[in-house]
Amino acid sequence: MFKAKIFVNYKPSVLDPKATVIHQTLQDLGQTNVSAVTVGKYFELLLSGDRASVEAQVTQVCAEMLTNVNLETYRYTLDEVPA
Amino acid sequence: MKAAVINFPGSNCAEDLLWAVDTVLGAEAALVSAKTTSLAGYDLVLLPGGFSYGDYLRSGAIAKFAPVMAAVQAHAAAGGFVLGICNGFQILTEAGLLPGTLQVNSGLKFICADAPLAVTTNSPWTHAYAESAISLPIAHGEGNYYADTATLADLEAHGQIIFRYRHNPNGSAHDIAGITNRAGNVLGMMPHPERAVEQVVGGTAGLALFQSIQEVIDANA
Repeated sequence: MFKAKIFVNYKPSVLDPKATVIHQTLQDLGQTNVSAVTVGKYFELLLSGDRASVEAQVTQVCAEMLTNVNLETYRYTLDEVPA
Repeated sequence: MKAAVINFPGSNCAEDLLWAVDTVLGAEAALVSAKTTSLAGYDLVLLPGGFSYGDYLRSGAIAKFAPVMAAVQAHAAAGGFVLGICNGFQILTEAGLLPGTLQVNSGLKFICADAPLAVTTNSPWTHAYAESAISLPIAHGEGNYYADTATLADLEAHGQIIFRYRHNPNGSAHDIAGITNRAGNVLGMMPHPERAVEQVVGGTAGLALFQSIQEVIDANA
């Protein structure tokens, strides 16, 4: 059994209005030492199979469903967990 | 002209779109479930506005996997006409039938307003427009059109930008409100033409779009 932890974030070249607002709010609260905010999504998939095919499957799910390839990139970790 | 209005779970503008095409325009049209796998016999496929699949994951992201989408792809590939309005535009970009992405409005607020637009009348979708300055209703939280620099240059160079905001309400790149694919048979737009086909609801600036495409289809029938 494998657990995939997937992080999806905007590409650095894309302006994210939500992150901008969060950053501005922190500034307004006096936390001016925060120089950047990015907002992303986190997914966990629990899946069975051998590591090689699970890796291929997770890559495909990330690229074809969990990520909008115009705006976002992804990275993931894959760890074996007890069934 | 035979038109199919695809109804996804969470679409809420399908009935208005059906009304515009069958009752106001007088063409043959039907509501078609997103579970349908065949669009045989239809000339025009319409993807309506709303919140298909709750906008879960991303607007239009789950709709691209609906059973009907293989038939929509095949219809478009064969040169058939496809119009996506609002959530329909979002679905078309997620499905790769149109370039770019609709992001959250730059002001972060849902906008419900009349949007002054500039119309490119050199297209099968807009040739019947007598004026190039019109107004259509918009109602969206994610209408901010984004594409990379190369794609935007491409859209401009090939005349694919059919509707532009005259007062950009949402941060869309190049003021883009509606675009076609390179071949011109697939149009996606954020404004709602189907909400402007009868004077009683405020205006008829959307009618010429439906008339344009009906003329093109019927001329080639």
